[in-house]
Amino acid sequence: MTPFYLLAFAAIVSSLLVIAQRNPIYSVMLLIASFGALSGLYVLLEAPFVAVTQIIVYAGAIMVLFLFVVMLLNAPHEDTDEDLARREQTGVPSTSGLRVFGGTLALLLGIELVWAVVEMAQASASTPAAAVSSVAEIGVLLFTEYSFAFEVTSILILVAMVGAVVLARRDESVD
Amino acid sequence: MPSLNDYLLLSAILFAIGTAGVLIRRNLITILLSVEIMLNAVNLTFVAFGRELGAADGQVIVFFVMTVAAAEAAVGLAIVIALFRHRESLNPETFRTLRW
Repeated sequence: MTPFYLLAFAAIVSSLLVIAQRNPIYSVMLLIASFGALSGLYVLLEAPFVAVTQIIVYAGAIMVLFLFVVMLLNAPHEDTDEDLARREQTGVPSTSGLRVFGGTLALLLGIELVWAVVEMAQASASTPAAAVSSVAEIGVLLFTEYSFAFEVTSILILVAMVGAVVLARRDESVD
Repeated sequence: MPSLNDYLLLSAILFAIGTAGVLIRRNLITILLSVEIMLNAVNLTFVAFGRELGAADGQVIVFFVMTVAAAEAAVGLAIVIALFRHRESLNPETFRTLRW
């Protein structure tokens, strides 16, 4: 009972803060926190493998891509005049708060990852009852019933990769 | 044990937050992040229903949604980089013409 409400509260609050933040770096970090809370909920829903994937793929790969682009563009604020004026006054904002937040977040995600893996090991130990949460069944479904969708997904990733390279490439003919 | 309704309610709240973010914010990166919130709310629904029905299908769909989210993030961020290079701004109001 209590862990559900705790994680649900964390997910809602951090999601609200994501859209309330003016600085995209904080938005990305808070979204990672929200995904951490959601992956805790997946463990509660007896889906520890989804929880592990959520942390590794979503928080680990996709959000790092976002963070990379935010830092690459180096446009921390929305382009309103008062934002620009405030940045002129305060200079470069301090990053110590961000660092502490990021460190705590990484620690919490690591603990959560261990929790999910432990749950996964326990589920596979008590075989017949926890058939739903077993990684084996997901794998079998993925390669039998959903094999066509699986193959289409690989084409989707290839198209996305080529598209991203083409879109983000610097156009030599213009420069 | 929290019931299915609790999970669906949480998912609806998160989806509403994501929708509000897409509509309210004037920053391309935050809009993309709001889309990610919405995708995650849908994932939560899939897993909750999958547990309720005792089938692993819900979890399999979640992996496909994650793949789509990754593809969307990669292409979306590439577009953001291209737009920023063009106009030096992330405000969607800046991009008024379809002409490159």
